[in-house]
Amino acid sequence: MNIKLIDVAEVIRSKNAGPYELTFDIIFKEWSMFDIFVEHKLITKSLIAGLYGIKEVQVMNIIEFEPAKAIKATIERPMASGDIGETDVYGAQQHAPLLSLEFNVPI
Amino acid sequence: MKKMTILSPTAILGYGFPMESFEKGMAKKPDVIAVDAGSTDPGPYYLGSGKSFTDRKAVKRDLNIMIKAALKDDIPVIVGTAGGSGAKSHLEWCGDIVREIAVEEKLKFKLALIDADIDINLVEEKLDKGLITPLHPVKQLTKEEIKQTTNIVAQMGIEPMVKALNEGANVILAGRAYDPTSFAALAAKHKMNLGLALHLGKILECAAIASTPGSGSDCMIGYLYEDCFEIEPLNPIRKCTTLSVAAHTLYEKTNPYILPGPGGTLDLTDTTFEQVTENMVKVSGTKFIPSENYTIKLEGAKLIGYRTISIAGTRDAIMIKEIDNIIEAVNERVEDNFIGQLDDYRLNISVYGKNGVMGQLETIKDITGHEVGIIIEAVAKTQDEANTICSFARSTMLHYGYNGRVATAGNLAFPYSPSDFKAGEVYNFSMYHVMEIDDPLELFPIYYEQLGG
Repeated sequence: MNIKLIDVAEVIRSKNAGPYELTFDIIFKEWSMFDIFVEHKLITKSLIAGLYGIKEVQVMNIIEFEPAKAIKATIERPMASGDIGETDVYGAQQHAPLLSLEFNVPI
Repeated sequence: MKKMTILSPTAILGYGFPMESFEKGMAKKPDVIAVDAGSTDPGPYYLGSGKSFTDRKAVKRDLNIMIKAALKDDIPVIVGTAGGSGAKSHLEWCGDIVREIAVEEKLKFKLALIDADIDINLVEEKLDKGLITPLHPVKQLTKEEIKQTTNIVAQMGIEPMVKALNEGANVILAGRAYDPTSFAALAAKHKMNLGLALHLGKILECAAIASTPGSGSDCMIGYLYEDCFEIEPLNPIRKCTTLSVAAHTLYEKTNPYILPGPGGTLDLTDTTFEQVTENMVKVSGTKFIPSENYTIKLEGAKLIGYRTISIAGTRDAIMIKEIDNIIEAVNERVEDNFIGQLDDYRLNISVYGKNGVMGQLETIKDITGHEVGIIIEAVAKTQDEANTICSFARSTMLHYGYNGRVATAGNLAFPYSPSDFKAGEVYNFSMYHVMEIDDPLELFPIYYEQLGG
């Protein structure tokens, strides 16, 4: 089955988690879809690293948060919020690459 | 106490709230009105410069309504991270607003101001003793960096606010404080469940953002019991759902199960979210686990120079194709022109339509749009030097003869005259470390003032 993340997620967002980290939240519409993503471990450190052109060690964690039907990923910011050359002080517009994610799930 | 009611009027003091929601909240007979007034989110400038990111008139409007209502019902008002960043100048800024309100409204009350500035010498001493740890991915502090930091604050825990309540303060303005503390302080004074009180504070600090449709400028109310808390919005257009409340727990956090704070950690491993009514959610199971050593988070910002920017655009397809080469050439020309005279500067030309939003994190390399926006940014040791670099880079880019150029009259469209803008001081975060302390009260002195009468 081909799944587009944008079709199954209610919220896809990014935000600072303090000035040195960026955190991404994917909140699913349906439990069944959250379960599929968790079961097949579709969101991985290597996937996030690839989307943002960073090393896997810069992806701090991937966490499944069941109470919110959510999966979140946190990365180290390449530059701290507000440093010279940094482009997004609040970190609220770094989610875009997630919008075009597609998965092929064997179900 | 078996039940405590906590009213949170707005997500950030100065963001406002509808009077109708506030009055509905007051009708629920809250035991305290609490609000968070700050964040590091707007970046290092506000902490470094000592200025507020919120507007004075808007802050005064919110405080005026809150203080009058609280005094009438004889309940306390608690403000965390006053003035936006919670350094001394921010606290004084907010204090002046409260004093003004007391005079104008002829109010009589006891004001407490809790200072959160940390002395540079103490930070050096703690660094020497190995009691300062960087928060990943920050590097360890150096003495030089400590000296350059203009404002150092620490996030206070709940203890200084509890002390101010015990000493009879009606209005408490705290400097930099851990966000949930202003909401949980009264509960801590009455020895209620601290884990639940702090978790409720985590949600209330953003007021109606945790409801759906969310809003940063509307009220939320929480009811704390011995074994759970309940939360609901006060505007009938909003609802709290298990999803909206649980989702808010994720917001701006690295790990939503383990939330470290001053003196311990909130553990959400066994937390449950239950829908009680159509718009009210019940939360239980959150625990506070005290840490072995009491640590507080230090925040600091230092001045790194002055900024001047110029905003322009181009719609020329040949120019857009050549943009990387043009930027490189402009950088070289500027460097060459001022060599030996003005070397210590940063010139940063960003291209919107290419990677203006995501910078280093952008993986799409091609420009597909028909026009791009350009910001020329110069940062140097003085405003004059920043003006020089920006001006020279702008004129160089305007007339640069790039490869294949057809439009020879000028390369840039400037939307404004003057084309260059002085943006003033530039700061960056220089401190984001935890520091071990012996006593949660020692670094946060409380000053009292009897206002009115």
